[in-house]
Amino acid sequence: MLKVDNLSCQKGYNLLFSNLSFKVNSGDILRITGTNGSGKTSLLKILAGLDAQEQGNVFLDNHEVKSEAYQQEIFYLGHLSALSEELSTLENLEFLTELNKPTKQIQLIKALSSIGLKGYENEYCDKLSAGQKRRVILAGLFISNAKIWLLDEPFTALDADGVTIIESRITKHCKQGGLCLFTTHQNSDLINQKVLAL
Amino acid sequence: MNIYLQALKRDLRIAIRNPSSILNPLLFFIISVSLFPLAISSEATILSPIGSGIIWVTSMLSMLLSLNALFHHDFENGVLEQMVISHHSLPLLILSKITAHWILTGIPIILLSPLFGLFLFLDNNGVYVLMITLLLSTPSLSLIGAIGASLIVGIKNSGMLLSLLILPLYIPILIFASSAVSQAQFGLGITGQLYFLATILIVSLMTAPFISGIALKISLE
Repeated sequence: MLKVDNLSCQKGYNLLFSNLSFKVNSGDILRITGTNGSGKTSLLKILAGLDAQEQGNVFLDNHEVKSEAYQQEIFYLGHLSALSEELSTLENLEFLTELNKPTKQIQLIKALSSIGLKGYENEYCDKLSAGQKRRVILAGLFISNAKIWLLDEPFTALDADGVTIIESRITKHCKQGGLCLFTTHQNSDLINQKVLAL
Repeated sequence: MNIYLQALKRDLRIAIRNPSSILNPLLFFIISVSLFPLAISSEATILSPIGSGIIWVTSMLSMLLSLNALFHHDFENGVLEQMVISHHSLPLLILSKITAHWILTGIPIILLSPLFGLFLFLDNNGVYVLMITLLLSTPSLSLIGAIGASLIVGIKNSGMLLSLLILPLYIPILIFASSAVSQAQFGLGITGQLYFLATILIVSLMTAPFISGIALKISLE
């Protein structure tokens, strides 16, 4: 269970949110909504251990955020592509997944195929469209065995087919006991999703 | 493969596919060293005493030139975020990047230095000691430079700021390295200078990756 207790976040003089408390159980999907600048990305960054909170605590099964046990259970996808243009899709994905766990090349190829990038394994990332780049990093979802998925605008630049693939992957992950928190401005058809409005 | 070796291999691969990142500092080194005989004199009696200083200053500046890019691209594209949240050791991941930087900028300078040493009329002993000092100290330049690069990673147009931050920290290396070469040319002992350069290397190896890690985390917040 992910427990967020009395969390506050301030950027400069701007208080984004304060005394924010919620719990996300295994199997839950939490959709975080809000206007631009409401603190959605900052909340995900705090949960990922990238940002420091003004006050409050974040725990996953009694492991505090930024502890090694907590960080091992995190898969974070930010706004940025996390891809180097000089590397192929396979080389990029290999490095990014190895940061979490050792992965065989066959799994990487399978993940790229699952996300609709079969035949693009050796394509340099500077030759890909924005949607294809997004798919490369999202292919990590098909390999990750992290419990918590923190996805910042995962559907940005994806076509309808891509959105369906990701939604079904999220559903499968949560049915297997994982939990997923994601931000979006789009409507999502994910079943059983809870909504947190900032 | 070990993630730290993979990080090293990744940086080398990116640099090889984008050769300007390796060639520009090297060309800067070659052109700068070549300018001194044109501007001062081509006489051996004038160039020989100042040759080691010329090579050391230009080595330092050309390595500094490439430091700006050490973390910049990974910061811009979000790879650094993934490194920071990874459960692997951030200082060791940073050390992999620093090692790649040294391989790409330090080693070519070390390999070219005998040629330029002869070009600036250093004697055989001077060239030999020049290579030893470069081998001992170019890793320190990369390590110390990484601290500055991580501090300015989120700041736009920060090249000048990096120089202002880092060059004063390079001064002890410059003093001891060029004095070792000068003394070797006169047949004097250089053990003290080499010990000092080795100490700087060990201290920077033990501290720079950790300081860089803290600075990068702050820059990402």
